[in-house]
Amino acid sequence: MTIYVKYDFSITCEIIIREQLDLLGVDYLLHGIGEIQIRKTLTDDQHMNLVTALKKYGIEILDDQKLALVQRIKNAVDDMLADERSQLQKISAYLSEKLNYSYAHLSNHFSEATHSSIENYLILRKVDHVKDLISNSDLTLTEIAHRLNYSSVAHLSGQFKKTTGITPTTFQNILKKRRLQKELVRNTPT
Amino acid sequence: MNIALADDDEDDRLFFQEAIEMVPIKTKLSLFNNGRELMDYLNLPNIVLPNLVFLDLNMPIKGGMQCLREIRANPSLREVSIAIYSTSSSEQDIEDTFVNGANIYINKPSSFLSLREAIEKVLQIKWQYHTSNLNRENFLLRI
Repeated sequence: MTIYVKYDFSITCEIIIREQLDLLGVDYLLHGIGEIQIRKTLTDDQHMNLVTALKKYGIEILDDQKLALVQRIKNAVDDMLADERSQLQKISAYLSEKLNYSYAHLSNHFSEATHSSIENYLILRKVDHVKDLISNSDLTLTEIAHRLNYSSVAHLSGQFKKTTGITPTTFQNILKKRRLQKELVRNTPT
Repeated sequence: MNIALADDDEDDRLFFQEAIEMVPIKTKLSLFNNGRELMDYLNLPNIVLPNLVFLDLNMPIKGGMQCLREIRANPSLREVSIAIYSTSSSEQDIEDTFVNGANIYINKPSSFLSLREAIEKVLQIKWQYHTSNLNRENFLLRI
């Protein structure tokens, strides 16, 4: 015997979502397709539970929350770089203490959402800092290396070259020439 | 991310397209046969601007260097990052493109695998610049 069914996906999804949110015991409002307003913020545990519960129905919570944690990780990395004392700590210890997750969790999460690792981000950010100091201050490379906790100028130059493909000195020259050229354009009568 | 490539060599365009499709970062690629086609497109009203443009340096009609100057002289294209994608490895060419506002310089790799790796690295870093609080003025990368 064969029977035929007809179904309405949006009703199906709505019922599943309602059931799962009721299970969590949170207060919520469904705003049409795809948007759920939750009166209180979900704790990270509740969020994880909901993700797992919905996943088996093929329903995925969109990236906002994921991106929010990524942003928190980035902020923490920036804080760490700004604070000379915390730079003596390992990044993994610093982040897991500050954000209350295992480093493995943070690291997986970060890589999934940003296509690169926390370590890469840290280096990129650090090199960005070096670039800012090269372009906006009169500090020498030795002073910059010291200020950003590099063990030596060689270490700084090595990391800079590895990350950007050019040396700090070449970078400095390019910026100088860019400025000269801009002035030239500005002073050329048209 | 929206990516554009201007290259007059058909094989190079195909190679690039295959390589970028293998990178796990989601992209939408638009191809142009020379600099003029690209610039005509960028100057159309109401288009979705590419986040990143790959420019071959030696192209007939309008070369990559000319495109680079025109893009950098146009304030409405300020957000577009520019990657030079060229066979030239002359230090002078490389420096000239950076001074004129290029963000990335890639020597056309000789193998498919290294092309794929180069593109992946560029996209990863571009993505970070796209989504983080990094200074875009200082975005320089050579591969």
